[in-house]
Amino acid sequence: MFVGLPPFQQLVDAHWRDVARLAAAMAGPREGDDVAQEAWVRALRAYPSLTHAGNLRSWLLTITAHTALDAQRSRARRDLAAARPPEPAADLAPLRDERLWEGVRALPARQRQAVVLHYVGGLAHTEVARALETTPAASRRLVSDALATLRKVLGTGPEEG
Amino acid sequence: MDVASALRRLDVAARPPRLEGGDVFYVVHDAPIGTLVLAATREGTLVACSYDAEEAVTARLAAHLSPRVLREPQRLDEARRQIDAYVTGRRRAFDVPASPVLATPFARRVLGELARVPYGSTTTYQAIARAIGAPRASRAVGHALGANPLCIVLPCHRVLRTDGSLGGYAGGLAAKRRLLDLEGVA
Repeated sequence: MFVGLPPFQQLVDAHWRDVARLAAAMAGPREGDDVAQEAWVRALRAYPSLTHAGNLRSWLLTITAHTALDAQRSRARRDLAAARPPEPAADLAPLRDERLWEGVRALPARQRQAVVLHYVGGLAHTEVARALETTPAASRRLVSDALATLRKVLGTGPEEG
Repeated sequence: MDVASALRRLDVAARPPRLEGGDVFYVVHDAPIGTLVLAATREGTLVACSYDAEEAVTARLAAHLSPRVLREPQRLDEARRQIDAYVTGRRRAFDVPASPVLATPFARRVLGELARVPYGSTTTYQAIARAIGAPRASRAVGHALGANPLCIVLPCHRVLRTDGSLGGYAGGLAAKRRLLDLEGVA
């Protein structure tokens, strides 16, 4: 089956910065680097079996969001096994607005994926919905719940936009 | 703080991924004769040495071999070294494995004839057309050579018109002239 996939390097060149941003938003800057790397490895492995070449950026960002959650789960398991407390938020220091990113990482998984894919990744609600296997309306709800939580955490009132 | 726009603004210091698991590797090489895109398979077989643009060559690699095409210059170090030695007159033949897998079956027959044209000699489009049993196809032979996926390595620059004029060359006629000069062909 010929689906006309572009050379993978073209995806890397066009999207590696966005994948890195999304990974950092999901997992924090230090772990974000590993998440981005793992997301690219997964994407490269799966690439030849894609059945269409439509919206590859959205496909990459979706893989990145899923990879970040997997990494978080396996780290939680490791921390539990080692009876260590979860990693403190100190690794957020290189990011501006530390409390914001700390708040993002504390969100429930689906809210975090939705808000990060929508605002950091710039995906439309239809694309976020596809990534999370839900409806655009549900995506809208997840994003607005996430924003409400973040505003509460940051002590800012509701805003326009 | 506007939460939504803070999320949009996120910027991080990051670096491109280091990837393993590609099927085809390439480099854009500034050779003394011009810019070339060289590509090889995982096994190290050279499949492209082209004057065409990076986008065009990598799209061809993706369509014909595998979409897992990665820019990995070190995989092509030996091929680069040999090309540079060749175009500066320090080498007369190549000993990297090469295969014209990007060529059509007809073009492969045409390119196969180039093996009979040794360093320092030339042939014509028409002679090749006759040799492959298609005496009236010299124009098609010209097209096939023009799409040579392994320029320099498969010496399509040694093919001239019957009247002795240069004909065409993917790398430009100045490059063709230079390669022929190198071989001492008038």
